[in-house]
Amino acid sequence: MSKLNLITKGFVKDNPTFMLLLGMCPTLATTTSAINGMSMGLATTFVLILSNMAISAIAGLIPDKVRIPSYIVVIATFVTLLQFIMQAYVPAVYDTLGLFIPLIVVNCIVLGRAEAFANKNSVFDSALDAIGVGLGFTVSLTVLGVVREVLGNGSLFGWKFMQADGILVFVLAPGAFLALAYLLVLFRKYIAKQ
Amino acid sequence: MVACLGTITLVCSALLGVFHQLTAAPIEAAAKAKTQNAISAVLPEFDTLSELQQCEAGSYYLASKDGEIVGIAVNAQSSGFGGTLRLMVGFYTDGRICNTSVLEHAETPGLGAKCTEPAFAGQFKDFDTSVKKLSVTKDGGDVDAITASTITSRAYCKALENAVNIYQTVAQTPCECESCSEEGTCNE
Repeated sequence: MSKLNLITKGFVKDNPTFMLLLGMCPTLATTTSAINGMSMGLATTFVLILSNMAISAIAGLIPDKVRIPSYIVVIATFVTLLQFIMQAYVPAVYDTLGLFIPLIVVNCIVLGRAEAFANKNSVFDSALDAIGVGLGFTVSLTVLGVVREVLGNGSLFGWKFMQADGILVFVLAPGAFLALAYLLVLFRKYIAKQ
Repeated sequence: MVACLGTITLVCSALLGVFHQLTAAPIEAAAKAKTQNAISAVLPEFDTLSELQQCEAGSYYLASKDGEIVGIAVNAQSSGFGGTLRLMVGFYTDGRICNTSVLEHAETPGLGAKCTEPAFAGQFKDFDTSVKKLSVTKDGGDVDAITASTITSRAYCKALENAVNIYQTVAQTPCECESCSEEGTCNE
């Protein structure tokens, strides 16, 4: 597999949100606005890159039986580091995403990539894989956030282009499912055509 | 096997400990800056701010300019739709609300979370509680509620009511703080 392919497959073929339907909890919960979706995606990407690299580096040393606990400890460590950093330097973002940051630990994308890719590939390849999947996740969440914010609030990245309220349901939980479902249809249709 | 897992957890804990040490100061600074910003946003212009003061009703800051007290910033809270709603409320010395700012909330995004926006929060700028009633129009008051978020709007009013109570407690209690008794500037 070429190096470039490692990155691009995260966007389309292995897109965590639209193809694998992984990490649905943060996907549905944090995409109330474009900026929130993007922040969540970038936070996950950060953890994914570090954990993939670390796990790929130590995979050979870990006995098979304690593999999963070890991965979880490594992932939890990076998530906590991220939490410290966000609290210290971007408190505003931390306030909106606060609750969901600790949940990155149990995000199946992160553990999934560790188990499916990082533990049998080199550190460099694992980093590329993490960048691809992480950015794929970020783009998906941003798109979903844009759709929900435009329809639900009449604004884009916080910039309000119409005075009236939007279709409120799109900002709420049911709207998350609706918007995700329609985006899924469009995405799959586009893939099928290729 | 045990040794391996033990080593991993040990290394991870050490790493976390180091990072905690490194970020503890910036985290505290960020929290302080947030409070400071909220206070400056809710009060008229001032040059010195007291430390956090406590009274039975709650906690507050006194702001003064050229030695004279110009306002009080009160920490107030109530329970909103999704959790505690914490506000910073500024008062002029005559008891009018100068402005309000949301410190922390857990309201629904797109609905109750709009309480931070000027469309709603702007109503409380220079709000005179002796003239206007501090409750939503549905309850016979003078505050326009956020569409579809009456509970949040009520909680906001409730928090402001608590703030007014704190303000009144402070205003009625003779001030005993050191700087006041020395300079005789306290006209509360």
